[in-house]
Amino acid sequence: MFMKKKIIAAGLGLALAVALTGCGGDKGDTGTDLIKVGFSQLGAESGWRTANTESVQASLSKENGFDLTFVDAQQKQENQIKALRDFIQQDVDVIAFSPVVETGWDEVLQEIKDAGIPLVLVDRNVNTSVVDPYVTWIGADFKLEGTMAGQWVAANYPDAKIFELQGTMGSAPQLDREAGFDAEVGVENIIGRATGNFTRAEGKAATEAALQAYPEMNLIFAHNDDMGLGAVEAIKAAGKVPGVDIIIVTVDGVRAGMQALVDGEFNYIVECNPVFGDQIAGLIKDIMAGKSVPKTTIVVDAAFDQTITQAFVDARAY
Amino acid sequence: MTQDVINAVGRETVSAPSLGTRILTHHLLWPAVAFVVLIVACGVFSPGFLDITIRDGHLFGQLIDILRASATPLLLALGMCLVIASGGIDLSVGAVMAMSLAISLTFLKGSASANSVPTALVAIGLGLLIGLAVGLFNGTMVSVLKIQPFIATMIIMVAGRGIAMLMTKGQITTVYAAPFKAIGSGFFLGLPIPVVIAAVVTVLVLVVVRKTALGTLLESIGINRQAAHLAGVPAGAIILLVYGLCGLLAGLAGMVYGAPTMAADANNIGLMKELDAILCVVIGGTSLAGGKFYLSGTVIGALVLSTLERAVIIFRFPSQTTPLFKAVVVIVICVAQSRTLRERIARRSLRVQAAKGEVTR
Repeated sequence: MFMKKKIIAAGLGLALAVALTGCGGDKGDTGTDLIKVGFSQLGAESGWRTANTESVQASLSKENGFDLTFVDAQQKQENQIKALRDFIQQDVDVIAFSPVVETGWDEVLQEIKDAGIPLVLVDRNVNTSVVDPYVTWIGADFKLEGTMAGQWVAANYPDAKIFELQGTMGSAPQLDREAGFDAEVGVENIIGRATGNFTRAEGKAATEAALQAYPEMNLIFAHNDDMGLGAVEAIKAAGKVPGVDIIIVTVDGVRAGMQALVDGEFNYIVECNPVFGDQIAGLIKDIMAGKSVPKTTIVVDAAFDQTITQAFVDARAY
Repeated sequence: MTQDVINAVGRETVSAPSLGTRILTHHLLWPAVAFVVLIVACGVFSPGFLDITIRDGHLFGQLIDILRASATPLLLALGMCLVIASGGIDLSVGAVMAMSLAISLTFLKGSASANSVPTALVAIGLGLLIGLAVGLFNGTMVSVLKIQPFIATMIIMVAGRGIAMLMTKGQITTVYAAPFKAIGSGFFLGLPIPVVIAAVVTVLVLVVVRKTALGTLLESIGINRQAAHLAGVPAGAIILLVYGLCGLLAGLAGMVYGAPTMAADANNIGLMKELDAILCVVIGGTSLAGGKFYLSGTVIGALVLSTLERAVIIFRFPSQTTPLFKAVVVIVICVAQSRTLRERIARRSLRVQAAKGEVTR
């Protein structure tokens, strides 16, 4: 009796599986099967993230040979864990995700590993007790971004009195961009630091106070464009000319920041490139083809100075 | 109080407290001292801090910046102060800020005439309306359904950002509209518009609360709702009113705060601002237990809060220590305000005086 039930269940499951694969097979116009990818994005907290999402969705398209299930976690770990478990249930070929926080993934990462599904980490990293949790990691090197900004400052304004607008204290971009930048320009040249929490409003408030506290400052390094834009407003309000009286160097390269660069209010931007969906697609194809992939892939960041043109900015994807 | 203390020591009574005693026991003393000390310390540490100049036809200077930065926490704290006086609390104000900004900017983005003044007024009206609606929802939960305020307002604190996210479709809605932007970064008669808005609202609330019986009725509800109800105070209606007002002001605060950048970031606008508002109220001398409340103290509380945030940079403290610096100042103010501590000190000094008196006699 018991056995019979089990057999029926197995039979049903098999029928269902056949039906499902049948469905999948119909979609493949080119004859090759689509690669089923589950992607869990952490949210849409910034313009950068939105551009990243669009890039991933555009690259992992049906035309490119992917069957993408995209889930936005709205910055909640529990949503993300649920999405990952759903992906295991759906038995996707590859799971990719940008973890919203570093810790608390042990259980679900073990489940993914036990299910034998290769994992691609995107942009952020995890801290876990699971051995060898992911196949490959792809993202930006925040420290390198800070280093590039610092090298430009050291080459062009070696005697600058620098004020540093820090991102949210303790976040990886804040720590790494600061470390990279400080190593290049020398800590003795940084006369002050304050956080602007990566936002324009707080970047403005911090700069207002800094203009008073450090009247000798003549260069601001902001850990992102938004805080740099806030600094521009504060500098203008104080009757100084941003980009001339006070040099502004930022990281990110979002549209408003690039526009400020064209307008001469920013002096240098190190791009933090969100458009690497094509690189993720390439990695996933290599994994499915059984090729060996590098453990880490650094997304190449460009840097821009005031020589860029309006046409160049208008042509950018984000 | 002086009377009790003196009786307790067993000395002959004094007719009325002296001016000095009245000042020393005044609820505004310690927050005002903290504010003045902070401002003076900044002025000494950083010459020019106290200067106010006229630039492009409007006032400019660190003190003006502090006033502008105080506007948002003050708008939140005025409503919060009344809610706390009724014996409640409103944890939803930060989320309401995000909701009001989300609805007004989403409306502006969809509008063909975002740069016209009437459109901006409709957008502001929508933001105020959603704030009022949430406030009345909170008030109904508390006054009609008798749900504990902490829980009732936590619903919107949690769900509000989700609702804001639905409005903005999970993205950061940005739009450019000069008339709307002006409520956050414009000037009126040389003063920043947020300061003007906060000042007008403060005066209106003060008049409504203190020139009518509302303030007294509110205190009676906060002290003992049952007794107030039995005495004929329409407790339910008044509670609904203060939550509604608190929501309305939070909606206004969201737009004033978000207007300079015109970016409706549902995740981050107003994050933790409910705690800042509660802090302003507490620094101002109002007890979280409800009852007696001090709107003037709340104004000073908001000024202290924004001065603290600025002072950290002026004093060149690293940003890691900001929360610690804030906490230390708040602890000092709260301890200085402690009634029990002040009574103990008063009793001790009286005892010392009494002992001296016996020796000389």
